[in-house]
Amino acid sequence: MFIINHRGFFFWLTGLILAGVIGAIVVWGLPLGIDFTGGSLMQVSYENGRPALTDIEKQITPVGLGTISVRASGDRAVAIRTRSQTPGEHEAILGALSANASTTEVAYTSVGPALGSQFTHKAVWAILAVVLVIMLYIAFAFRRVSGPVPGWGYGFTVVAMLAIDIIVPTGFYAAYAHFTGAEVDSLFIVALLSLLGYCVNDVIVIFDRVREHLAKNERENNKEPFEETIGKSISETMTRSINTALTVVLALIALIYFGAETTRNFALVMLVGIVAGTFSSIARSAPLLIPIAKWFKK
Amino acid sequence: MTRFRVSAVVALLVGFLLAYFVWSTEANPLSSYRFKLGLDLAGGTELVYKADMSQTATSERSDALGALQGVIERRVNMFGVAEPLVQTEEVSALSGTTEDRLIVDLPGVTDIKAAVTALGATPTLDFRIATTAATGTSTEATFIPTGLTGRYLASASLQFGSGATAGLAAPQVLLNFNSEGAKLFEKITSENIGQVLAIFLDGQPISTPVIQEAIPGGQATISGKFTAPEARDLVRNLNFGALPVPIELESSSAVGPTLGAAAINAGVVAGIIGFAIIALFMIAWYRLPGVVATIALAEYLAFMLAIIKVIPVTLTASGIAGLIISVGMAVDANVLIFERTKEELRGGKSPREAVHIGFSRAWPAIRDGHLTMIISGVILFWLGTSIVQGFALVFVLGVLASFVSAVSLSRVYLLAIVPEEGEGAWKFLLSSGFRKH
Repeated sequence: MFIINHRGFFFWLTGLILAGVIGAIVVWGLPLGIDFTGGSLMQVSYENGRPALTDIEKQITPVGLGTISVRASGDRAVAIRTRSQTPGEHEAILGALSANASTTEVAYTSVGPALGSQFTHKAVWAILAVVLVIMLYIAFAFRRVSGPVPGWGYGFTVVAMLAIDIIVPTGFYAAYAHFTGAEVDSLFIVALLSLLGYCVNDVIVIFDRVREHLAKNERENNKEPFEETIGKSISETMTRSINTALTVVLALIALIYFGAETTRNFALVMLVGIVAGTFSSIARSAPLLIPIAKWFKK
Repeated sequence: MTRFRVSAVVALLVGFLLAYFVWSTEANPLSSYRFKLGLDLAGGTELVYKADMSQTATSERSDALGALQGVIERRVNMFGVAEPLVQTEEVSALSGTTEDRLIVDLPGVTDIKAAVTALGATPTLDFRIATTAATGTSTEATFIPTGLTGRYLASASLQFGSGATAGLAAPQVLLNFNSEGAKLFEKITSENIGQVLAIFLDGQPISTPVIQEAIPGGQATISGKFTAPEARDLVRNLNFGALPVPIELESSSAVGPTLGAAAINAGVVAGIIGFAIIALFMIAWYRLPGVVATIALAEYLAFMLAIIKVIPVTLTASGIAGLIISVGMAVDANVLIFERTKEELRGGKSPREAVHIGFSRAWPAIRDGHLTMIISGVILFWLGTSIVQGFALVFVLGVLASFVSAVSLSRVYLLAIVPEEGEGAWKFLLSSGFRKH
């Protein structure tokens, strides 16, 4: 009941966190990677230690690709981002780099601008479509729920939760990218999609308990205040919420420490998202039903 | 009880067989059931081309795209790559225009320039009728495509005809059309007698003969100003396949073999350590059900890996992410059930009854959670780009498998072990937490 009694505090805390992450997104912005904007990204490893980044930049400038960005990647490699390169330009850059150092190209990606904007569209539509369908399914699954909130009220609450669950890790990533130079790539979108799946499951478990208590109260003609039903449901499911989150967090920590470089940022976004999402499910999802119930009573 | 014990033994056996299948097919380098690794893990080059369909009638687009795929496949095979993959994709943009793409995967190839050159060297061939239009004082020739292109070419060969220079045989390229092309060629020549039929190679007119009469039989000769080696190259390239439509390189990526191998090793190590930590936690907290869940999860993983091998699903970094999340879901289904069982035990039920009720009470939450995830996965697969699809496919398979394994496997194992009337020890084994209660 602790959470229900102090739900005002948790709503304010949510507001503060939201203000913080939205602030991070607005102030620092999300640096979109070439998957979205088009362009070329090459990862080059130096066998005998990496020269200064500005020197590398000077080496490439004569190729004539306009603005280029050179970042450190790992211990010995650099990531070079330019506008979309032709195979010839790509060759020229590799030649310039290996002129006075022993280099190997580890990975190279080039995305045409048209393909990039299509990916952005698709990613946004996919996320919106998933959220919409989740709302409809929950409204359907809870259509016979008793108590003050109708089924679609649950669907709406879940969507409000999911919006927050997506915004928080996005804001975190905006700050993370600002300080490390990371970029938003397609794996970031995959992480957000995974989080949608995880968080909706988390909320459903709590709502399912609310649904069960409401049905039982109606059967036994038990007049229990809605607040109490919700409080009971939250404390009964809390061990499960925390334990499940803990197992996934353990797997993600293993992925961050031992996993591949390419999935590190993905795992980090997931980690933040799951911690935030679990807090969100416990402290906000069901309590949010109380003001909604009051609104429906009017 | 006996029923559950028999089922449990069968389920365990199936689990061992699946694990053996996964292990043995991976240990045997010749097995056709080895994991198919995506280019991001195995290393290789992916080239995405846009097909320029502006000169192609809408009704013929898919035909032309199919023909293009065939030609590129022949080219790729000449390039000598193990297991290349050439796919076509029709993309509808939101504006209503469609774009046709050709995706070429070349495992093991990291030299993009060489790959692009080898694929792009293929000439595009088409025939156009010249019409002269008087604009002002000068006359300008404009060329109208006839629809006859390299698509209709059956073969090309080199011959030496009588050239302009007396005594020297000039190299000529003889084109043989297929039956469809022969008909088209005859129609065009019969309708345009006296006109210039220009032969365009890669957008440049290389030969502009005047049609003297209708030509049946489907043969045409290009007598440009070739040197013998030029003519020989042209014949070779035409035989490799002239492209029915021009293509343009839209995106490309190459992953070196070291990066891919490092990603796999790191992924496997992270997977094993992650699984071990989860298993330790589950056993320490949930005791007997934790052991059961660990066995069920191991079996779940073996099942997933076997499915991925048999379908086969191409594993990519995003697909592995999907697998990890679905393992999380499978753990969650077990946790839900055990928490419920524990509550029933506290309520004074006998151990076996508690397990029964625990499963049925947890069911609605498991059902709704899994169904929403399957629905979202299907939408992602439908809407997503290839990297999102890689995730969605493994995720949906994983959630489906978790649905089955949590509800059937853990249940059968627990009911096979837990007795009807339990003493204190059973209650301890079915409870949870780090304290003795």
